[in-house]
Amino acid sequence: MQYLVSVIDDRADPGSSDRRPAISEFNERLISGGYWVFAGGLADPDAATVIDNRGEHPVFTDGPFVESKEYLAGVWVWEAPDLDVALTLAAEASRICDRKLEVRPFQ
Amino acid sequence: MSDVEDAIARAYRAEWAVIVAGLAGRFGDLDLAEESAAEAFATAVARWPSDGVPPKPGAWLMITATRKGIDRIRRENRRTEKHTEAQSMFDVNAESEPVGVIDDDRLRLIFTCCHPALAVESRLALTLRMVGGLTVAEIARAFLASESAIGQRITRAKAKIKAARIPYRVPSDDDLADRVTGVLTVLFLVFNEGYLATGADTDPVRPELTAEAIRLTRLVRMLLPEDGEVAGLLAMMLLSEARRTARIASTGQLVPLAEQDRGSWDAALIAEGHRLVRERLSAAAAGDAPGRYQILAAINAVHTSARESRDTDWSQVLALYDQLVNLDPSPIIALNRAIAVAELDGPGAALPIVDRLERDLAGYHSFHATRADLLRRLGRGEDARAAYGQAIDLAGNAAEIAYLTAKRDSLPS
Repeated sequence: MQYLVSVIDDRADPGSSDRRPAISEFNERLISGGYWVFAGGLADPDAATVIDNRGEHPVFTDGPFVESKEYLAGVWVWEAPDLDVALTLAAEASRICDRKLEVRPFQ
Repeated sequence: MSDVEDAIARAYRAEWAVIVAGLAGRFGDLDLAEESAAEAFATAVARWPSDGVPPKPGAWLMITATRKGIDRIRRENRRTEKHTEAQSMFDVNAESEPVGVIDDDRLRLIFTCCHPALAVESRLALTLRMVGGLTVAEIARAFLASESAIGQRITRAKAKIKAARIPYRVPSDDDLADRVTGVLTVLFLVFNEGYLATGADTDPVRPELTAEAIRLTRLVRMLLPEDGEVAGLLAMMLLSEARRTARIASTGQLVPLAEQDRGSWDAALIAEGHRLVRERLSAAAAGDAPGRYQILAAINAVHTSARESRDTDWSQVLALYDQLVNLDPSPIIALNRAIAVAELDGPGAALPIVDRLERDLAGYHSFHATRADLLRRLGRGEDARAAYGQAIDLAGNAAEIAYLTAKRDSLPS
């Protein structure tokens, strides 16, 4: 079963910025445990562009699809046998990257 | 009730959770388990009156429910998605099983229903439905919610269990203590809602909820006999339940502990509760540090050991609250501790302790009720009247409101 793990940061109360080495080390462990599928940090939401081509012409909008204090800062995709395994990893990951996480299963 | 109806009711009580849990393990699908179990009982209701009660009702029901489940899988999707899915979940379970500490499907079911990834209200509803066998209508009545709201809550919870793959197993040793605490929280909430029901226009006590909480806690105790907190929670429930009828006067007014007719307490429940507390006391003496439920049970045991209210060993109560405060420094526990201080050292000593809790507890009716009582005993009638008023405004239980109102109205003007 695959889970999308969203890393949520908060503009009012951002997580610390010195976490890269610890996250890299954690990723190594994810890989050796067979959980790692994908990981990636995201640029600031200001760098996002929203595209809507459901009408006659594509419409491009500068910025994220929803403006909010909390925003998606990065994602993991994990392979785990069940939610308990994913939640145990997520609890550890949240501490390591000093941010809130959302764990959501793929369909 | 006829003999057959009686046999069906008894089988329902004894076997519902066994069957749902067994089928959930077999099919890996709570929905299918619940529906097949319900169908098996419906078949029993239709057939037993004419065919007679089978010699082993539990086995008959399990076989019937299993057949219904297999029929459903075949009917809904012949060897397609659902079947393979159910089959694969079953295989996963079979492989990952040795993790479990105790081998009982019902325990797996309880841990799944009380999973921390589900909202607390969902855990309550799901546990009462899947483990307790209460109908959606019964749960809705108990929690003053609409049937559709409860039905939806249960459906969503089952869907999440499936979509997020919440596992059907007893947690590993590392997680067990935390997860048991989660289960006990659910049982405690069910009991409390029965014991001090909210809603100004409803019965102040809902014995069907207290009874169900006790029944489920007995089950957990049977499955986890070594767990001290399970024993503590059960003891606390029994010692409270023993006083249930004495707590409400015929006028519908709450009767405080000190004024209860101790002769009308249930002696058998008290004896059972005291036995459990003694068992935990010897475990504590052997070095097994008691948790909050064991301490709360011990406090209840002190109260129920006193033949008359004035015989209550308040210093013992205070010592237990001190222990509890160490474990859980919450303002509500500090408030209850202050009540013991008032009995030992007088209301004048307790009032400043209570006043210090105002910032945290200003929205809690018991804070104002406790203050009102202390002010009344100190002869500060006007202040007491105001505090009773605030307590009445915040209280949700009909019997408690009646009691507080009577107290306020009896203040000398």
